[in-house]
Amino acid sequence: MDIFNNDVLIKVDNIHKVYGDFHALNGVSEEIKKGEVVVIVGPSGSGKSTFLRSLNMLEIPTSGHIYFEGVDITDKKIDLDKHRQKMGMVFQHFNLFANKTILENITLAPIKVLGKSKEEAEADAMKLLKLVGLPDKKDAYPSHLSGGQKQRIAIVRALAMKPDVMLFDEPTSALDPEMVGEVLEVMQNLANDGMTMVVVTHEMGFAKEVATRCLFFDEGQIKEQANPNDFFEHPTEPRLQEFLSKVIR
Amino acid sequence: MLDYFISRLKANFIVDNRYQYLLDGLKVTLIITFFAVLIGITLGFLVAIIRSTYDKTGKLKTLNSVCKFYLTVVRGTPVVVQLMIIYYGIFYSSSVNKILVGVLAFGINSGAYVAEIFRSGIMSVDSGQMEAGRSLGLTYGQTMREIVMPQAFKNVLPALANEFISLLKETSVSGYIALQDLTKGGDIIRSRTFATFMPLLAVALIYLTIVMIFSKLISILEKKLRNSDH
Repeated sequence: MDIFNNDVLIKVDNIHKVYGDFHALNGVSEEIKKGEVVVIVGPSGSGKSTFLRSLNMLEIPTSGHIYFEGVDITDKKIDLDKHRQKMGMVFQHFNLFANKTILENITLAPIKVLGKSKEEAEADAMKLLKLVGLPDKKDAYPSHLSGGQKQRIAIVRALAMKPDVMLFDEPTSALDPEMVGEVLEVMQNLANDGMTMVVVTHEMGFAKEVATRCLFFDEGQIKEQANPNDFFEHPTEPRLQEFLSKVIR
Repeated sequence: MLDYFISRLKANFIVDNRYQYLLDGLKVTLIITFFAVLIGITLGFLVAIIRSTYDKTGKLKTLNSVCKFYLTVVRGTPVVVQLMIIYYGIFYSSSVNKILVGVLAFGINSGAYVAEIFRSGIMSVDSGQMEAGRSLGLTYGQTMREIVMPQAFKNVLPALANEFISLLKETSVSGYIALQDLTKGGDIIRSRTFATFMPLLAVALIYLTIVMIFSKLISILEKKLRNSDH
């Protein structure tokens, strides 16, 4: 069975996630190819975040398989940490390490996981910090930063591991409106550089401009998927039409 | 009036070097407290790690049951009863050092309370911190050590200080196994001079002074740890 086309980075094979009586994911299969920017939209409770968090096994599917770079990461026998380091994740609430400075936040995993020297990790971190315009914050603690700054740092922290894919879980939903732009700009630059990205978001403008493909989640399933133009201009699924009419004014 | 006061003071503390009972007793109290704190922290830390690892991952099931049993028994019985059981029940026939018995009894007792304090601290750290660590490829252990535990420790420092202040004062029941701690030292003076008030007041003042010094040290440490907050 040749399921691994060379271009396929993540292959999701019929995953389910059940909490008690609630079916958060109800048989989802999907392939993410290298270089794609896949944007996932859908109403709250539709399973889109659960799906994204399954991709790096923060949420463990009740059944089904997820293959990352050809390896079944739902297999309990594999070393999950080894594969997770290649998948960067950005959270809605940033989750910067509160007890570490910005520089330590970024260098911790490269030093502990990749075995980099402190000097090398710090030099890399400073390069990335300059890229997002925050080199002067290196010695600050997360609580001193604005939401937009925190999220840019969180992106940098994930990038410092040189991941093969970046997962974004509603990265701008917890931000004040005036800070959304600075985070989206960083994400857009990342996409332009060819990073493979999976983004759960409510930012329809970002989806239209940056996505190579859009998925619509509802009731734990992918109800529609298309390129952004068709997705927004000619949606076929009635639930999607209704959803878009509500979020786009 | 003043002459009377001074003569009582002399009778209670100066004659026959009676202040020595208080000094020796204080030394015993401090030794027991210090080593009991070390045992309490170690034991409490281990139990808290086992319990919260079980809560978060479902691993270590058997150890978790052992820990729960320990917590139930220790927290369900008075420390003075535990002290006497350990001395009269376990060590009585052997010529064991009583201070060692005290250290063990108070350490094992304190460990149960410290465990629950540490565990509440670990639970108070936002679960997103663990998720972020794991998403970067750090192991559960690495994330615990580097991220969760330091934050948990900072959160529980006031409760922990409180526990050790309690422990210091609880060692005053050491006299039940004829250990000559600070309280017992006051008792001995009382039995020599038949003065009830002065030796007890002196003992109380000494406990109070130590607790105040300890509280001051903790508040300095708390301020230092708070740096990362704002």
